Amino acid sequence: MERAALIKQLKSQIILQLNLSDKKVEDISDDEPLFVEGLGLDSIDALELIVLLQQEYNIKLKNAEEGQTIFRSVATMADYIIEKQASVS
Amino acid sequence: MLEKFFINAHSKIKNQQVFENNQLVFASEILNASNFLMAAYEFLHINYPKFYKMDVLSKAGLMASELVLKKFERQNYKDEAVGIVLMNRNASIEADAKYWESVKIIPSPALFVYTLPNIVMGEISIKNKFKGENAFFIQNHFDAAWMYYYVNDIMSRFNTDACICGWVDVINDDVDACFFLIEKQKITQSIVFSPENLNQIYQN
Repeated sequence: MERAALIKQLKSQIILQLNLSDKKVEDISDDEPLFVEGLGLDSIDALELIVLLQQEYNIKLKNAEEGQTIFRSVATMADYIIEKQASVS
Repeated sequence: MLEKFFINAHSKIKNQQVFENNQLVFASEILNASNFLMAAYEFLHINYPKFYKMDVLSKAGLMASELVLKKFERQNYKDEAVGIVLMNRNASIEADAKYWESVKIIPSPALFVYTLPNIVMGEISIKNKFKGENAFFIQNHFDAAWMYYYVNDIMSRFNTDACICGWVDVINDDVDACFFLIEKQKITQSIVFSPENLNQIYQN
């Protein structure tokens, strides 16, 4: 999947997984922070994002500290998924 | 009976209807409890994005609290001076069941956090920055005598100057919530805080 398509798919999955029913895909920009500012996600949402990676992309986060970098924005999440998928194939 | 405290507002959510001080403010044919509460949320312009993420019990409790707090003069109270005392029959059974289902695949942290009934008090406290006394009781039915005793006690003996109290229960998509705002000062529409009046409003 191309990066742009993956980013769009991720936005839909985040809205669904985190029950952000008041948000639409177009409300989330690629590079805006997911936590505190931007989408304003919290620590429980961070755990849900870990579940999302595992459920949808079969990626298990081994080091929780990595999360700060990976979950900075939708774009950084997409880059991480692409990197992981490339290392498997 | 000595008139010490007053019911200054009350709200009710039952049978797909929402009441504010006995006035019907929203009604819908939507049977799914979560969807009904979402429709009421949008209609009543509550505007609290976290509402979308809550379980049904917290959605019901937060909405019932918003209705009794509409005219609450928050600036007159310290954070520690507002208490919350709630009661229900089925604890957090709906969230428990949903979490149990999620465990079969991957446990959901977002569902897990709602597997205690007192979380609804946390949600109300976070939204309003309340840090006062709080308690959640499990009873077979709305026990007005116990509610009166407990709220009367914390408002008499502790630094609680206002208290949100009531019943909030959700089972099989059936929401039953009835909240009261108890304060020390009398206002035009005050009702004397007594077990009889709590029961009358709940049963009405």
